Amino acid sequence: MSTVLEQIKENLMKGKANDVKALVQQALTEKIGAADILNKGLLSGMGVIGERFKKNEVYVPEVLIAARAMKAGMEILKPALAAAKVEPRGVVVIGTVKGDLHDIGKNLVGMMLEGGGFKVVDAGINVEPAKFIELARQHNATLIGASALLTTTMTNMKSIVDEVKSSDLAGKVKVMIGGAPLTQAFCDEIGADGYAADAASAADLAVKLAK
Amino acid sequence: MKKIRERINGGEWLLSDGAWGTFFQKKGLKPGECPELWCVERRSDVLDVARRYVAAGCDMIETNSFGGTRFKLDFFGLQDRVSELNRAAAAISREAAGPERHVIASVGPTGKMLLMGDVTGEELFDAFREQVVALEAGGADSVCIETMSAVDEASLAIRAAKAHTGLEILCTFTFQHTADGGYHTMMGTTPSEAVTAALEAGADIVGANCGQGMEQMIDIVREMRAAAPAVPIMVQANAGLPRNVDGVDVFPETPGMTASWVGAALEAGVGIIGGCCGTTPEHIVAIGQAMQKWKEERT
Repeated sequence: MSTVLEQIKENLMKGKANDVKALVQQALTEKIGAADILNKGLLSGMGVIGERFKKNEVYVPEVLIAARAMKAGMEILKPALAAAKVEPRGVVVIGTVKGDLHDIGKNLVGMMLEGGGFKVVDAGINVEPAKFIELARQHNATLIGASALLTTTMTNMKSIVDEVKSSDLAGKVKVMIGGAPLTQAFCDEIGADGYAADAASAADLAVKLAK
Repeated sequence: MKKIRERINGGEWLLSDGAWGTFFQKKGLKPGECPELWCVERRSDVLDVARRYVAAGCDMIETNSFGGTRFKLDFFGLQDRVSELNRAAAAISREAAGPERHVIASVGPTGKMLLMGDVTGEELFDAFREQVVALEAGGADSVCIETMSAVDEASLAIRAAKAHTGLEILCTFTFQHTADGGYHTMMGTTPSEAVTAALEAGADIVGANCGQGMEQMIDIVREMRAAAPAVPIMVQANAGLPRNVDGVDVFPETPGMTASWVGAALEAGVGIIGGCCGTTPEHIVAIGQAMQKWKEERT
């Protein structure tokens, strides 16, 4: 692997946004393909951070600064990706369910999904089921990611699953769920397509569901 | 009134209250409703919760002001009512507590991260100042800065209370059991790091709340005690992690289970025990009895 891609990965993991930016520019100047810069540089670095996060070797701050560095790199890389017709792995609409105002977990999932090569549409917090569906249709999404941190709001997830199933998006859009009080058993009970225990696992799950 | 810190250092063990939020849910608080607004719109229900904990034998009770900073109230369009709602919250708890018991006014995280530049340190400090000044004006004698995971945010809340009020300052963090067998906050802070930072900022009492149940608090208390041998420590544990049984949330720890770990927590050095999410006045009664039993066996 080219040294500059290794450096992008290393600097992204350290959260050095400015260095990542400069290195992505350097890689483009060296005529390295946009897809390689993305996959072997940026996403590879986020992948390592995700693994470390799952093992509790790093925590929220490390993920946040790595994601910020990735974003900085993406700004430079985006035109080249468009020119090379590199498509995202899929589009995911994410949001915290109706009645729930927590956004840190949802934002982490968004960062990890972007780190997994997805385009993320963030519906925000306190999101009505209809809003998830409207955005999924509008952005041609294949996945909806719903987050709930409150035991009182997790029950609102069933409405999202039910509304997707009774709409024209049935069979086209899958629903994945996560949040502190949730479990796989709850996921099965409401008929969602998948549950992830943490933000990094959510990105893995999205890859699996998008296949 | 004697300071809590002096009472603990003088050889007392004190009982704190249990959950408020999950209590309100049982009384009909709906998802997306602002709990703090109940201080004015459902005053008698809030007063009832406070009185139930007083009746359970608490030496100190909290206030219904966990989400009372302007950043949290902003979600409900109530950011201009910080002073009114926090004053009301403290006044309700004081009414229930009377002059003898402590009112440890609740201050929760803002949900904003300094690290990401969501807010500046000045903005956070100012938001906490606005809240704690109102809590003191409403009749609180202490502030309980709780469920913290970021040391920088907790320190700003402590400093705001220290600089602008005469309140005694308690500060508790929320830890999870991590893969290395230790405990960390969401931001990666260990119990000893949290204690050190809180004391440096000026906290009088430190501790842990929420989390995954009473049993895990014992290890956390040990680590805190080792990091700060003289400081009073408080724990307020969840009644375990909630499980959804047929659409209803059930907290798995019964009062008896919670009480069974009280002796070990006291041995580890805790001075104040109460509860967090899912605990009820019955849990508090059981904790109080276990504390009493432990004291009697000890002498």
